[in-house]
Amino acid sequence: MEKRTDKNSYTILFAIGMVIVVGSLLAFAASSLKPNIDENERLEKQQNILYAMGVNDNEGTSANFVSTDKAPKLFKKYIKKQLVIHGEKTAEDTLAYLIDVKKEKTLAKEAGYNRRLPLFVGEKEGKTFYIAPIRGKGLWDAIWGYVALDKDMVVQGAYFDHKGETPGLGANIKQRFFMDDFIGEHLLDASGNFKGITVAKGNADPKNNDKTDNEVDAIAGATITGDGVTAMIKSDLKLYVPYFNNLKNN
Amino acid sequence: MGLLSKKDSKLILDPLADDNPITIQVLGICSALAITAELKASIVMAISVLFVLGIGNVVISLMRNIIPSKIRIIVQLVVVAALVIIVDLVLKAFAYELSKTLSVFVGLIITNCIIMGRFEAFALANSPWRSFLDGIGNAAGYGVILIIVGFFRELLGSGTLLGFPVLGNPIPGELSGLYALGYENNGFMLLSPMALIVVGIIIWIQRSRNKALIED
Repeated sequence: MEKRTDKNSYTILFAIGMVIVVGSLLAFAASSLKPNIDENERLEKQQNILYAMGVNDNEGTSANFVSTDKAPKLFKKYIKKQLVIHGEKTAEDTLAYLIDVKKEKTLAKEAGYNRRLPLFVGEKEGKTFYIAPIRGKGLWDAIWGYVALDKDMVVQGAYFDHKGETPGLGANIKQRFFMDDFIGEHLLDASGNFKGITVAKGNADPKNNDKTDNEVDAIAGATITGDGVTAMIKSDLKLYVPYFNNLKNN
Repeated sequence: MGLLSKKDSKLILDPLADDNPITIQVLGICSALAITAELKASIVMAISVLFVLGIGNVVISLMRNIIPSKIRIIVQLVVVAALVIIVDLVLKAFAYELSKTLSVFVGLIITNCIIMGRFEAFALANSPWRSFLDGIGNAAGYGVILIIVGFFRELLGSGTLLGFPVLGNPIPGELSGLYALGYENNGFMLLSPMALIVVGIIIWIQRSRNKALIED
């Protein structure tokens, strides 16, 4: 005898029921948790920006952010100005750090769209930092980061993160041994043209003593992620060159 | 174990050794290769699978009499996927740091053949309590191998354990510990093929000690 659960009508009804139940369960979970998730992401952006300018809880060799409860206060204290560069114009905007770089990048592919470039001006112990967000592609998924520069486009600090790079290999771009290599590196070459920083294999400078070679040492086994870092630094920080030229001329 | 009958405790203990999902059933190899370059990632993956397989087995077992057999694989897939997404959302909302470490594994948990394998082979035919024990047992058996492989790969590949340098400082010019004696990390350990070789060695050792496992 055919079992009740083998009937086609039962199968279809079960499938429909399952889709409705699971669908609404997931929708409910997603929408009720969204405020918490958004808040976490907002605080993380503040922590990232602060990290790049050297405001962090680093201990030993591990990279630590300032704690989430302190982040908003410190962000207010250290970030003096948040700018949005839009074509020729530069305007202040206290919500510039919430600009979605990914969206701006996609929109910028369409002709005629003028990308909004956020830039954060931080001040710590009398030093001024210009912190710019960058975003690109790694091996598996998106990679992004924040780079703190001085007025001559010399890197003062960098923070990188990734969505899904291989643990132990590409994921190591968010380790201090890699991020700290960028400190002091020049983005411009000797004659002042924008050159970027290349994540290079076998650059004969593993201790990174040469700060004007526009190169840092790559991570073994993470070639494509490293190339992604090189590419996002080149493409995204180049856009800020006019701003820094202006800064120098005034 | 006083809490569990002999038959029940067998459900937990068997997969740890004599019926290990990785070394005997050779399931879940794909994720074992992918994520064991670091010990921490192995531990996180082991815990995630423990959670998903324990709960998933119970859910499937509760529904075992009403699941239409024609679409049972799809139903199983939907249950795993829903569980994993809920776990991911909860972590993102309440343990953001941890969720970032986990992000890579979410997709891998769904595709883990051990999970579908246990749903199909055990939970569809057994009571929720027994299914729960079976899920925990198999996930633990999987986790143990993952952690062993992760331990050796991180130690020999990067010279660290859980991120702490245990063999000294490998940076040229600041050499200390073993590195000062001329030791070098084996970068090959970080690549997936070495995970397979380490798993192979574990299988070899296990079979050489337990004659019952040797096939003619």
